Amino acid sequence: MIVLLTRRITGLILTLIAVSLLIFAVMALLPGDPAAITLGTSASPETLAALRHDMGLDQPLIVRYGQWLGGALTGDLGKSYTYGVPVAGLIVERLAVTLPLAILAIILSILIAVPLGVAAAARRGGIFDIIATLFSQMSIAVPGFWVGLLLILLFSTSLGLMPAGGFPGWSDGLGPALRALILPAVALALPQAGVLTRVTRSTVLDTLHEDFARTAVAKGLSSGAVLWGHIVPNALVPILTILGLQFTFLVAGAVLIENVFNLPGLGRLAYQALSQRDIVVMQDVVLFFAALVIIMNFLVDLSFLVIDPRLRSGGAR
Amino acid sequence: MTKFSSSDLGDYARRLACGATLSAGLLILGIAPAEAAKTTLNIGMSVEPTGLDPTIAAPVAIGQVTWQNIFEGLVAIDESGKIVPQLAKSWEISPDGLTYTFKLQTGVKFHDGEAFDSTAAKFALDRARDGKSINPQKRFFATIASIDTPDPETLVLHLSSPTGSLLYWLAWPSSVMVGPKSAADDKTTPVGTGPFKFSAWAKGDHVELLKNPDYWNKSVDVKLDKVTFRFISDPQAEAAALKAGDLDAFPEFAAPELMSSFDGDARLMTKVGNTELKVVAGMNNTRKPFDDKRVRQALMMALDRKTIIDGAWSGFGTAIGSHYTPNDPGYQELTGTLPYDPAKAKALLAEAGYPNGFTFTIKTPQMAYAPRSAQVMQAMFADIGVTMNIEPTEFPAKWVQDVFTGHDYDMTIVAHAEPLDIDIYSRDPYYFNYKNPVFNELMKKIQLTADPAAQNKLYGEAQTILAEDAPALFLFVMPKLGVWDKKLKGLWENEPIPSNVLTNVSWED
Repeated sequence: MIVLLTRRITGLILTLIAVSLLIFAVMALLPGDPAAITLGTSASPETLAALRHDMGLDQPLIVRYGQWLGGALTGDLGKSYTYGVPVAGLIVERLAVTLPLAILAIILSILIAVPLGVAAAARRGGIFDIIATLFSQMSIAVPGFWVGLLLILLFSTSLGLMPAGGFPGWSDGLGPALRALILPAVALALPQAGVLTRVTRSTVLDTLHEDFARTAVAKGLSSGAVLWGHIVPNALVPILTILGLQFTFLVAGAVLIENVFNLPGLGRLAYQALSQRDIVVMQDVVLFFAALVIIMNFLVDLSFLVIDPRLRSGGAR
Repeated sequence: MTKFSSSDLGDYARRLACGATLSAGLLILGIAPAEAAKTTLNIGMSVEPTGLDPTIAAPVAIGQVTWQNIFEGLVAIDESGKIVPQLAKSWEISPDGLTYTFKLQTGVKFHDGEAFDSTAAKFALDRARDGKSINPQKRFFATIASIDTPDPETLVLHLSSPTGSLLYWLAWPSSVMVGPKSAADDKTTPVGTGPFKFSAWAKGDHVELLKNPDYWNKSVDVKLDKVTFRFISDPQAEAAALKAGDLDAFPEFAAPELMSSFDGDARLMTKVGNTELKVVAGMNNTRKPFDDKRVRQALMMALDRKTIIDGAWSGFGTAIGSHYTPNDPGYQELTGTLPYDPAKAKALLAEAGYPNGFTFTIKTPQMAYAPRSAQVMQAMFADIGVTMNIEPTEFPAKWVQDVFTGHDYDMTIVAHAEPLDIDIYSRDPYYFNYKNPVFNELMKKIQLTADPAAQNKLYGEAQTILAEDAPALFLFVMPKLGVWDKKLKGLWENEPIPSNVLTNVSWED
């Protein structure tokens, strides 16, 4: 087990280094000089050279890569060219928007999908099954940003109940912050809920046929007790696996929603950094996303190892 | 197979629905927005500034937040475009135009308590003109040879050659006065002498300013206590934020096609003002066939500016015949120099050796006005047998690299934002690659002339040369499309310099 774990972790680190190299190479190939963008259309060549020196852009690529990687390993992600502040702080600031948004969206999608999926499975072909099928097909097909626009039109422009976008910051209190996040969370949750409804429905259906479910009924338990006491807990493992995988998509997929609702999240940071050629920010944010995906996959792998002893012995041979 | 009774499920669904409705209701009721107090202002901008120090980076959004609000200059430009005293209460220019003696205001303090005097002013100017300076307008200070500070109230600039535009340039955002102690951190925590103090910057969302209770200029009565600049890049989101009441004003609304959606709104009104944004289609004047003046003239005559303004900017905008706006001193109406005349354009092309036209590529940035204008132009060029391909080019990154620094392009289209920047046609290198000794000589003469009337005459001659020579296709001046609350007073309707001056803004009861 220890050997296997060490091997997996070594692989994880090597993957991250390879990814960082790839990210750096792609950024270096992007057209556009950050210094020229900062100085605009009046800058003289001399001023440009002075700024390039200030930004460290006059150093060889290999040196810049070494500095970046070395810094990243010691927790120093560098300074944003455009904002002039440390990138680590920027990422934390933005995560304070993107993370709650993603978590809110996950909670919403579970609240929608699990009851709906269970209800659909409980009575196959019944009214809830039809609703669930329609709902999951629609919510997967309709793009989240469009749902976002409709929500703004209804709740902000017409009814005036919710802010049309933006984020007041957590310092203004929980209420205003949650108000700002609820519409985007709904827009983000719907497609996820569609997928999750399908998964829930099919896993519950599978579990319904298992022996333990039949035994529980035979023991004389009520149908509700069987459903919530035996079937749903057993169906939970595949549902959670899907959630784990979906989480990274949620964080990354928030880019569009953040743009529609004008939320200062990580996705918007990446988007702005790209247009300003704020290369340091770009590199760090993309590396962060990549690390998130890689580590999430690693954890899902690990959870399989914990659940299924067969994988453990197989791997340690 | 396990079976469930439908009554169980019905009950379960009912409970679920009740719970959902209840929690949604609580969420909306419990956290309703408070009534806005009348000393705060939420103002919208399309572009978030990159840093808050206008003396080290070019983007106009920096000045739109900080200029006149946080930072002030020795002199300023007022709403009508006139130069007015500010931190310098008066000045004298020696007859040879080589010595400027400024008398400074007394009792002025930066927001951190540091005193503003001639030493601080010298520091700010030396910082801007230093060899290692990264001031985007460093050339403004090129003729300053030395700076004297005989006493705290007196600042003397010695010039190496007369510089007729110096006072005007000293009024720009890039020439504001910064504090010796605080300048290094102005990018993130700006400290100026203005009526508002920087309070907070939630990056990606908003910048907050608070009233400066110790403001030196007692002759103005600043009414606002708190101003929040909010950054919204999507036009639909901008309109939604205005209509939902999240914003009180959007002085430079980005989508002309949505302007009519505010018609009849009980709370909001729209204002169309002037800006310095000149939309021009620059040509690479050394590349064939644009090196031939007749070709450039023919292309200009193939274009009906009114149709372009209608197509690109919903009819908002003023046609121009040269690189000059009706705001600027000494403006000449020159759209008649090369008027829309496709037949004559065709004849000119034939004369230049292109009876069957030619094919070229325009590199268009993604800002809405550019691709829309290009599409209209494409159709009009087709009428005279010229084929124009449109190549979308990401702005600023790719555009700056390809067009601005690389000069690798046939034609491009961009809005030039800097006021009175007609001298760009004399800069070498500049992306037009336009070289006209007569024009260059005029630009020099303007700097040697201190008398405004004589300067305006020279500006008139310069405009005429450009209108004739057509180094670029002069299309239109962008309007300032303002949308704001009807009860809001004092916002600038025109924009002689990119800014949102809030000194005189107030709410009507």
